[in-house]
Amino acid sequence: MVLATLRGVSFTYAYTNEPALRDINLTLEEGLLYAIIGPNASGKSTLCALLRGIVPLFHEGELKGTAEIRGRNLLEWDPAELSREIGYVFENPFTQISGIKETVFEEIAIGLENLGMPSEEVIDRVEKVVEQLELGALVAKNPNELSGGQRQKVAFASIIAMDADVIVIDEPTSQLDPESSDAVFAIIANLKKSGKSIVLVEHKMDLVAQYADRVIALNGGRVVIEGPTSEVFTSPLLNASDIARPAVTDLAEALVHVGRPLSRTPVTRADAAELIRARMKGGPRANRSR
Amino acid sequence: MPIVLDEVAFDYPDGTPAVESVSLRVEDGERVAIVGQNGAGKTTTVKLMNGLLKPRSGAVMVDGESTADRTTAMMAQTVGYVFQNPDDQIFTSSVQSELEYMPKYLRWEEARRDERVARAVALCGLAQHLETNPNDLPIAIRKFIAIGAILVGECRYIILDEPTAGLDVPGLRLLNSLIDHLQSEGIAVVTITHDMRFVTESFDRVVAMANGTVVADGPCEEVFADDDVLKRARIRRPEVAQLVRDLGIPTAALRLDDIVHKIP
Repeated sequence: MVLATLRGVSFTYAYTNEPALRDINLTLEEGLLYAIIGPNASGKSTLCALLRGIVPLFHEGELKGTAEIRGRNLLEWDPAELSREIGYVFENPFTQISGIKETVFEEIAIGLENLGMPSEEVIDRVEKVVEQLELGALVAKNPNELSGGQRQKVAFASIIAMDADVIVIDEPTSQLDPESSDAVFAIIANLKKSGKSIVLVEHKMDLVAQYADRVIALNGGRVVIEGPTSEVFTSPLLNASDIARPAVTDLAEALVHVGRPLSRTPVTRADAAELIRARMKGGPRANRSR
Repeated sequence: MPIVLDEVAFDYPDGTPAVESVSLRVEDGERVAIVGQNGAGKTTTVKLMNGLLKPRSGAVMVDGESTADRTTAMMAQTVGYVFQNPDDQIFTSSVQSELEYMPKYLRWEEARRDERVARAVALCGLAQHLETNPNDLPIAIRKFIAIGAILVGECRYIILDEPTAGLDVPGLRLLNSLIDHLQSEGIAVVTITHDMRFVTESFDRVVAMANGTVVADGPCEEVFADDDVLKRARIRRPEVAQLVRDLGIPTAALRLDDIVHKIP
């Protein structure tokens, strides 16, 4: 099934002159992990918000072109129904946290309670998510007393608990240390395995390269390139747009500059190790000894 | 004159220790990166450096004077602290007024104020945004406004808390040239970061913290070579440094430009 089809989509926020998105043409398939990358103010968050209907149903502005979400025109969706099908984690966890609940446990439960779910089931689901994200030490705390990183995990937990088919996440790891970032991505990978569709914005390209199926690169509100992850990261279009790449891809390019290119351009560390190992085995020294 | 932390301890308001017997020294013009997990005590340590927090025990000496004897306002003239979240710091309605706030508050002469503001504008790339409301600008630019407002002061130590979070490639370039410039003026730069590529590309010395204590303090090459330290501080090598390690290539090099010459 198709998650979203965008045809000639442009969006300009109310009271601004410059469009945040310009002439976007994209088809997003279900069951995949899409990463949206690009410089600051390139339209990443707006594209996320559009997939979730926050733009234009909540943030006003001028929408041009056609946006279809799961086969239905975005403007025909009932906002409440769309919010159940597509979970959305805000970039800033301070925006997400309701501020009206006194414990982390209740905060994670708030969305489920809003759906009118029986309380035994709410408790059951929240307990599962708490375990999955290792939030046990935080459940009794007041959400307002948490650090930025802890809030980000709680915001993420409250969306996972909703068990939506599609999850849109704007920068899931911006406030997290490397270990927690890896843990969050491992959970996201598991969600995908269980059949969820994931769309996320991420600046940590090493993680994107490792986990994303496809990458959408934006610049100035336009799509620079969309495609399979390794294809996007090795495209010259990306470099020309000042978009960061995985460290091993930068290394591969540096090897080209010193006249020792690898047989192809890697995007993950495992891939780079394999290419270099192959060369170490069958490299010039081996040739000479023959 | 350096910043010296001598056997410093500090507790959170609820009584749990945030840092315990932390000793370290930051010299003029030095670049130091403090790394470690969320909750390791990094932010507490830098807030002790600029007197925002006063130690429970031990001493923090800045330029030979204890922070215990100086007000936060006095300290802010010597040790500038740029918040992780620029929105915790920015509060006026234009970039210009944000940059001019401190000099006006301190009633600096106009010439001195204009010179310092012009320097901050140039270093932080803010020239085209002066009339804009900071709230209308993207987070990356708000981060540079927050840095600029601190640079207007005549601090000899600048603390940057997670400066690379949310920065794109041009933003990173600007940040690195800014740090180079500060060092050329003899200003020490201390950063807290999770970004190990930034640490190894832009800093010479790294302090690794865990559970409120310093577990390693030394040249990047030394600290990142020590598996035990990495494990205790729960930090990683930068991606390309880990790659050469995975391949068993014998080198302590951490920077991409050096590693490229070590790849067979």
